[in-house]
Amino acid sequence: MENVTARTLMNPLTGKPAPRARWLGGWAATVLLATALAAPQTFDFKDPKGVNNAVFKLDAPLESINGTANGISGTVRFDPANPGALQGKIVVEAASLHVPNPLMKEHLHGRDWLDVATHKEISFEVTRVANVKTTGTDTTAEVTGKFTLKGVTRELTVPVRLTYLPGKLADRTNGRMQGDLLVLRSHFTIKRSEFGLNPGAPTDKVADEIELTLSLAGAAPRS
Amino acid sequence: MKHAAVFLRWLAAGVATLTVGVWLITGAHRGWTQTSVPIEKLDEVTGLTWRDYQKRFRPGVDFLATGLVIAGGLAGLGWTLGRRHPV
Repeated sequence: MENVTARTLMNPLTGKPAPRARWLGGWAATVLLATALAAPQTFDFKDPKGVNNAVFKLDAPLESINGTANGISGTVRFDPANPGALQGKIVVEAASLHVPNPLMKEHLHGRDWLDVATHKEISFEVTRVANVKTTGTDTTAEVTGKFTLKGVTRELTVPVRLTYLPGKLADRTNGRMQGDLLVLRSHFTIKRSEFGLNPGAPTDKVADEIELTLSLAGAAPRS
Repeated sequence: MKHAAVFLRWLAAGVATLTVGVWLITGAHRGWTQTSVPIEKLDEVTGLTWRDYQKRFRPGVDFLATGLVIAGGLAGLGWTLGRRHPV
């Protein structure tokens, strides 16, 4: 039976695969590639290039308190064929928070504000995803999760834009690694009073609202 | 004492000029003094923008105010000494 199959699929004159066999081979490869691409992938958001960052902004009378945290880590499980099945957790190292004024930075790291010596991490863990809309490689969704800041955990729903970039890891690593990238963007507001961030500071001196902007890229290498 | 009074007035003028000069030359930053300055960069593969901080002293209004208060104090001291010991 194996010989019959082989005979029918090989061209007896050239000894090369018959057109039908080549078509079948191509189809199988496409199915395998599509399966591999469509399967959920785990993206690592610890970025050695240091591009991943969370920008925060609070209004204040003289100038807004504006800084960045780049100690990002965490993993996200994303299925391009089913973006609604998004899972994962993003962690920000509290001590990586930086503002250009050294005294202000000392205050923000101190006990009244973030207390980075005790509460080393700020995190967001996905619990559910809603309103998923996909256009091309872009997916927007309302992501609900557990947001933990200074030891206080609250449920937050934030808008998220995900951009799936298949095969783009090679471009970022000068061809050293093959794989895909997932870009995650989100902009939302939290209230410092809800997380015990210097509750004694009057809101006319430092606003209660903190604007947070996440710009992250995760990598899923292929072996 | 007269020489001290004159010296203090000149010193006050020098401190004030230096303070305002440094503040103006470094960009007349109207916020707080910075010891690092954010530079916006673009990651072309992902399209993400990120901030790279360069170590640089950028005096703000607190620097300006401190310099002018010191200059004012020196000028005031010089004026007081000049009045106590008139020529």
